[in-house]
Amino acid sequence: MTRTVRIGSGAGYSGDRIDPAVELASKGSISYLIFECLAERTIALAQQRKRHDPSNGYDPLLSDRMEAVLPFCRKNNIKIISNMGAANPIAAAARTKQIAQQLGIQGLRIAAVTGDDVLDLVRNASPSFEDSTDSVESLGERIVSANAYLGADSILDALTQGADVILTGRVADPSLFLAPLIYEFGWSLDNWQLLGQGTVIGHLLECAGQVTGGYFADPGYKDVPNLARLGFPLAEVSEDGSAILTKVEGSGGLITRATCKEQLLYEIQNPAAYLTPDVIADFSGVEINDAGYDRIRISGATGRPRPSTLKVSVGYQDSYIGEAQISYAGPGALARATLAKEILTERLSHYPLQELRFDFIGVSSIHGDALSHASCEPYEVRLRVAARVESLKQASLIPQEVEALYTNGPAGGGGVSASTKEVIAMLSTLIPREQISHKIHLEVS
Amino acid sequence: MLLRDKVHTRTGDKGRIVTISLFAYRDEDFALLEEKVTAEKVTTYFGDLIDRPVDRYVLPRISALNFVLHRPASQGVTRSLALDTHGKCLGYALLNMDISSHDPV
Repeated sequence: MTRTVRIGSGAGYSGDRIDPAVELASKGSISYLIFECLAERTIALAQQRKRHDPSNGYDPLLSDRMEAVLPFCRKNNIKIISNMGAANPIAAAARTKQIAQQLGIQGLRIAAVTGDDVLDLVRNASPSFEDSTDSVESLGERIVSANAYLGADSILDALTQGADVILTGRVADPSLFLAPLIYEFGWSLDNWQLLGQGTVIGHLLECAGQVTGGYFADPGYKDVPNLARLGFPLAEVSEDGSAILTKVEGSGGLITRATCKEQLLYEIQNPAAYLTPDVIADFSGVEINDAGYDRIRISGATGRPRPSTLKVSVGYQDSYIGEAQISYAGPGALARATLAKEILTERLSHYPLQELRFDFIGVSSIHGDALSHASCEPYEVRLRVAARVESLKQASLIPQEVEALYTNGPAGGGGVSASTKEVIAMLSTLIPREQISHKIHLEVS
Repeated sequence: MLLRDKVHTRTGDKGRIVTISLFAYRDEDFALLEEKVTAEKVTTYFGDLIDRPVDRYVLPRISALNFVLHRPASQGVTRSLALDTHGKCLGYALLNMDISSHDPV
């Protein structure tokens, strides 16, 4: 029998459920548990937390996750790999060591992978941004973060040093899964076919529940059992890179050809050229076949030599948004909401707003007038107004003006809610890979 | 005949780009899908929600079409004033497309 490695996916985003990860660690017979927790903007926000407190800047759920899974991972000899280090992998490793010690776990080797933070490099080299007229100079001090997408090689170095827990900052999502496969099977870093196949496995696993029936259910069309107890996926990977996708027996959800197909193309542009730091993967020939109940075989991905540049995401302070909503219900709800919109339009015209938007929630807020087929008068309508402005003070104007509709606006308005927030926006650029290097920092509990 | 009855869909996002994939429930419907749901028709369908023609990728092995939509610059996930900043709901808008009518040539 050929040797297989079982890898579980413990989180598909920063705020994901923790109990399915515990289920995988305790009952999944896995050797690796991967937590993918960094969305596009997460690291810029984490960078801001680190500025306020140098011991912070890692994933807000790091402690909860580690406390929940470390005892099972120690007992079942499971290595953990995660980008929960966010803007501060070294602090995340220190915190994890502290938790291990509190749990009485001794000798746990915890690695922090750094090198993705390239803010100084970006400031000095001033590369041009993709799809934008802004430049490093024009944004100046508004730039808060610049992080390169590191590849599987950075994690591989930590595995080689015997790490049990590996915490990174920005690493390409599929690379978190590809690294242990390269390590276990001794794949060559220029075997593009195997790296392409390992990347498709990582891609299918990285959003956790999205391949086991999450984000899939559509009653009457695509029914999914027991979503409240959705199980997260694991892959049984063979040395040739083919894999069986499955989940813990008895957990909720399902794995079918349909769930795997949807996830295969999720966030993919050209399926024949999916760029990662490790490989240009080609998913166009992927085969998805039944291999038993809740078991799907994945094979047929390939790849071409990796790109010579690494993608870098740059976060900057863009603007502020003020937002508020008010409801109208019963006869004439839409007419009264429309009158409220007219009142707000006139009053807000006296202020220097960069952008203003109104929505009728329940009528056309999601797809706009052209695609929203309102066939009858809605029973209730929620008017929403959002504006982009230069300062937090200006943003608070929106909540004030909407709240004033209680006593100054159309009849029967109720349920005002409001918020203001700073907008950290993202741009991307490419930097030659030889200018970026990673480092491993090791702690032992 | 609505697309809703022939395909299932998933929407993904990256910045201002939204990807919508369509999968035939039955492999034998794929040819019809490929013929009816062209890049031009999808571009027209989304009107001013997008700011350039959509790209279409055809994946016969899994009976799927993949569309890449570019939203206007102000509509990227990190800046948008919209309620659905990601554009995650867009796939289900496409399921309302009627594919039974004979297209005027």
